[in-house]
Amino acid sequence: MTDLFGFPVPVILGQLMLGLVNGCFYAMLSLGLAVIFGLLGVVNFAHGAFYMLGAYGTWALLNFLGIGYWGALILSPLIVGCLGIVIERTMLKRLTQIDPLYGLLLTFGLSLIAEGFIREGFGASGQTYPVPELLQGAVNVGFMILPIYRVWVIVASLTVCLITWFVIERTRLGSTLRAATENPQLVQAFGINVPLMVSLTYAAGVALAAFAGVLSAPIIQVSPLMGSSLVIVVFAVVVIGGMGSIMGAILSGLLLGIVEGFTKVLYPEASNIVVFVIMAIVLCWRPNGLFGKG
Amino acid sequence: MKFSSKKTWLALAVSLGLGATMTANAGNEVVIGDIDDMSGLYADVIGQGGVEAVKMAISDFGPTVLGKKIVFISADHQNKPDVGSSKFREWADKNELNMLLGGSNTGVSLAMAKVAGEKKVPFIAIGAAGASLTNQDCNAYIVHYAYDTTALANGTASVITKEGGKSWYFLTADYAFGTQLQDAATKVVNANGGKSIGSVRVPLSASDFSSFLLQAQGSKAQVLGLSNAGNDFTNSLKAANEFGITKTMKPAALLAFISDIHSLGLQTAQGLYLTTGWYWDLNPDTRAFGKRYFEKMKKEPTMNQAAYYSATLAYLNAVKAAKTTDSDKVMQELHKIKINDMFVKGGYIRADGVMVHDMYVMQVKKPADSQYPWDYYKVIKTMPGEEAFGPLSDSTCPLVVKK
Repeated sequence: MTDLFGFPVPVILGQLMLGLVNGCFYAMLSLGLAVIFGLLGVVNFAHGAFYMLGAYGTWALLNFLGIGYWGALILSPLIVGCLGIVIERTMLKRLTQIDPLYGLLLTFGLSLIAEGFIREGFGASGQTYPVPELLQGAVNVGFMILPIYRVWVIVASLTVCLITWFVIERTRLGSTLRAATENPQLVQAFGINVPLMVSLTYAAGVALAAFAGVLSAPIIQVSPLMGSSLVIVVFAVVVIGGMGSIMGAILSGLLLGIVEGFTKVLYPEASNIVVFVIMAIVLCWRPNGLFGKG
Repeated sequence: MKFSSKKTWLALAVSLGLGATMTANAGNEVVIGDIDDMSGLYADVIGQGGVEAVKMAISDFGPTVLGKKIVFISADHQNKPDVGSSKFREWADKNELNMLLGGSNTGVSLAMAKVAGEKKVPFIAIGAAGASLTNQDCNAYIVHYAYDTTALANGTASVITKEGGKSWYFLTADYAFGTQLQDAATKVVNANGGKSIGSVRVPLSASDFSSFLLQAQGSKAQVLGLSNAGNDFTNSLKAANEFGITKTMKPAALLAFISDIHSLGLQTAQGLYLTTGWYWDLNPDTRAFGKRYFEKMKKEPTMNQAAYYSATLAYLNAVKAAKTTDSDKVMQELHKIKINDMFVKGGYIRADGVMVHDMYVMQVKKPADSQYPWDYYKVIKTMPGEEAFGPLSDSTCPLVVKK
């Protein structure tokens, strides 16, 4: 068998593949954060909680209403998106004129409340969700047995990421959005309902997190703390990519997933901190992030 | 924090210092406490089921012992050693706790064992597998019920190694329990002519086991030793199936409960070897207890929940025989009596605190062989207590080591 750095190639490829799957989750979550920060200037600390709620929504739809995976893939992000609108309209909106720190504190508090409610209602140990029938089974890709569901995660999340990027960077709607963040008064003067746009953007951002939650439900334990254990890493990803950069968030999410997977082969003990080491290096070398402007 | 009855709310009021009159009454009560994982990854193994089992034992024994009312209080240790030990200390100081049942987490139980020694309150550990509780960390107030890492390894690891599973790779929960279980299993594997070729330590309650499992697969070992428990065990086995690892490696469940097998389903769990101290379908006594428990909880009890029942009765019987709740005298009595109930026949508590009894190596049935609900295990081997728990001369407990 061929070796690379003293490790068998299939082991390395296997870990890189898993890293890519994790990277997809980082990409979707950091994309939502980047969109919200870029367009609203809010550091959305509740992002992990929305991701968790997306996963619980999926589980609850199946167990209480009998709605399966495919229905949940649409419904769960929709429900969480509506919740996002309510939060934006009733709370976040009041904070736009003051220091971003308040938005961070508010969303941090909201995520603690959400986690507390879910823990009280469904227990801390978490729930399991079955892999949908259509995506069960695995394929032998030579270096590993790859479950079909993980392939689906990669395909679905990359598609969603690219659509989001396209809408924001390449369409008229996207350019209006970007203009509205630069100069809301002017855009409003053209007859565009800016507050509605802002609400919908926030909803879209958190719906992305919920979508990631739905995708993750069949592979990881659906538990109250699943979001908060991820959100710190995702923040680091956004910082590395450059706050507010859409493509930067996607690419650095995928890249860091792969780097993490590689670290798991080379030096497993460091796999939990490698993202933060990279963040520190990037901040010293390019304070605006790898893809940041200015 | 979950409390189980009105009485416990009163007890809580006492502990808050709000009900000064209650403390005066406490002498007329025998207080049994239970500190366990009520909401985390081990909550299905004992949790609320254990609370129910203790209540059954108290009502079977009678509401009083030596003319004193038996009071039961319970709390969640959240798998945090500091939470468990401070709750125990608080109950010992303010509620005149007479005996503590403690469950499920070796780390927490080791912390509570220290408090037991300090406060001189008998502590019956159930579900915390770490054998150090009756070895280097032992004291005169600890009883280790149900099983320990030594007995588990002497069961599963020895059967699989003898069947030809010579090279092992361990997936180990990264705390006292996982490492003690791995060490015990490695010893047994080596003694039977096999060897351990590596291990990976996984944080408790990890959300995704796949990358750790790929490392295990990369080792080319024949046996995947799952040195974890509760949801960690079921999640890692599920992922091993998903990634086709169970096709190249034989999984060994070093600690698995019937609740785990139930949630995995026989399709996934079939063929698995595991070691248990009790199974609901062993004999008429176990079936009768299983039936009563099932009526309340709609599940068959795990061995730990059955052990909670048995341990509560054993303690109350010892109090009755000793005619006092004095900890030293009750402990003396506990070391004297033979335990005969639906959990064990002829069980006895050794000088180092181990409750010695028969253990069973089980194999999980194929779906086709399961005749009725919860018909999950086939007995492969019955290990006499001395074989399972090892001779007393092996114990490193300072109480029994001759200086």
